[in-house]
Amino acid sequence: MIAGRVWTFGDNINTDLMLPGALLLATEEEQRRAVFSANRPGWVDQVRPGDIIVGGRNYGMGSSRPAARSLRNCGIAALVAESINGLFFRNAVNFGLVALECPGVAAAFAEGQTAEISLADFTVTNRDTGATLRALPVPQMLLDMMQGGGLYPHLERQGLIAPR
Amino acid sequence: MPMTIVEKIFARASGQAVVAPGDLVVVEVDCAVMLDMSFHRHQRREVLKVHDPDRIVIAYDHMVPAPDKDSAEAHAYGREFARRFGIRRLHDVGPEQGVSHAIVADNAYALPGTVLVCSDSHTCASGAFNCAARGIGGPDLLAAITTGKTWYRVGETVRYDLAGALRPGVSAKDLFLYLAGTYGHHTNRNVEFGGPGLANLSIDARRTIAAMGAELSAEFATFECDERLVEYVKARNPAPFTPVAPDPDAAYADRRTIDLDRMEPLVALPDAVIDNSVPVSQVAGEKIDQAYIGSCANGSLDDLAEAARVVKGRRVAPGVRLLVVPNTQRVYQAAVKAGYVETLVEAGAVVTSATCGACFGGHMGVLGPGETCITASTRNFKGRMGDPSARIFMASPATVAASAIAGCIADAGEFA
Repeated sequence: MIAGRVWTFGDNINTDLMLPGALLLATEEEQRRAVFSANRPGWVDQVRPGDIIVGGRNYGMGSSRPAARSLRNCGIAALVAESINGLFFRNAVNFGLVALECPGVAAAFAEGQTAEISLADFTVTNRDTGATLRALPVPQMLLDMMQGGGLYPHLERQGLIAPR
Repeated sequence: MPMTIVEKIFARASGQAVVAPGDLVVVEVDCAVMLDMSFHRHQRREVLKVHDPDRIVIAYDHMVPAPDKDSAEAHAYGREFARRFGIRRLHDVGPEQGVSHAIVADNAYALPGTVLVCSDSHTCASGAFNCAARGIGGPDLLAAITTGKTWYRVGETVRYDLAGALRPGVSAKDLFLYLAGTYGHHTNRNVEFGGPGLANLSIDARRTIAAMGAELSAEFATFECDERLVEYVKARNPAPFTPVAPDPDAAYADRRTIDLDRMEPLVALPDAVIDNSVPVSQVAGEKIDQAYIGSCANGSLDDLAEAARVVKGRRVAPGVRLLVVPNTQRVYQAAVKAGYVETLVEAGAVVTSATCGACFGGHMGVLGPGETCITASTRNFKGRMGDPSARIFMASPATVAASAIAGCIADAGEFA
């Protein structure tokens, strides 16, 4: 079970807002500092480890850049959105960010409320209102990677890439 | 069970008889494309083995020629990587370099009926080749080159049946802007293109539409195969291939007929292309600082020809920078031979070598605070091409070229 304070974002939040192109080749820490700097300056100083992002439709459309890693490096425990761009979802799997699609979630949460997520039955509950929503299930193979630190540890264990 | 194009390709590549929406498939990857970015010191991981070097292509495109020491180091690392693993298809800075998706097209590495991956979102451009091509993440790419496989969640498909032909001065980019403006995002869905109007679209035009599939937030953007495509591929790659046609009774989430004759020049307003297109007339007169034509989506020979046609015998307005970026060095050479480069440079354009450069706000044309750009490239997200306060309008190469001449957003039709 994952529980945390909610930050709400609207529809079509794109990768460049999470990871600006000028920092594509910067360090992870430099990238973390720039998350949402164009649309929500100062957010990285307010977010706390364990917080949850509630997004609208088409969350994460855009580039293949590791924007999901930047959210994870901000301490985000999970992302729940109305719908998630397929490439962003892949990178959530790749970098170990729990990401769920959950129709109705945008209207069910106000910023600052507490969300509770169960990956056992894919439910999302608003602790402040008591409302519970059903998220779309994530196939077990992908869920294991999301929760197991992403794809790199998996490739390391298979002897395909060297440990860092 | 009847299947769409990508469903059929997945069935073959996963060794299953049938694939349907909702499935999670693990497929054999026929071609994996690595970029210069794959070798950058903050991005790379040390690869210990590769599955099959002959299924790997390396194309340097984002940071070329190396704009800084780190990129130069990444280029050197990639050259050594290619040598170590026996990867023969390395497109280094030189005559065979270009934007990866355009390199894949120039050499027809994306064969009809196959699976292609690359760690860049516009990999879907190769969907024009009747190929299941899409962008994946950096870690995914390493999995693909080391295991030979990748996974897909199979989404529903929206079918677009094209009819008629685009009128002169109206381009594939205008068709894309129409789709994005009319139908919005296609998150978790594939788009499939076919119909009698397909024959009237050049391969370059199809690549523009397929590349922009990423901007519809689609999963795969796949075109039917026809004679024109078969000839194009055979002229560039001797490898055998088997095109894939959708079953006539395949199940689609929606089926939409697009009358190409009815398309008109459109412009996407800044910050988004989804639900954001307007006729050129609505924003005509908007002053610009930069006009950009390039990228995997709009740096083809067709695009350069269109830009040259519009600016021929005219001058770029004072205070405006017109940047034209062929998307491969072969395209550049062809544009030189055809006289397009001379026409563009005489008009005052800056024609650079092939690079993703300014399209992603990297280098060679980054925008400053408060500037306005009109671009024929892939994206107009806030901050995409530089400072977040810059405004980026998106349009066809013809509209961008006309705007550069006028000094403000303008309809190329007035330049005929």
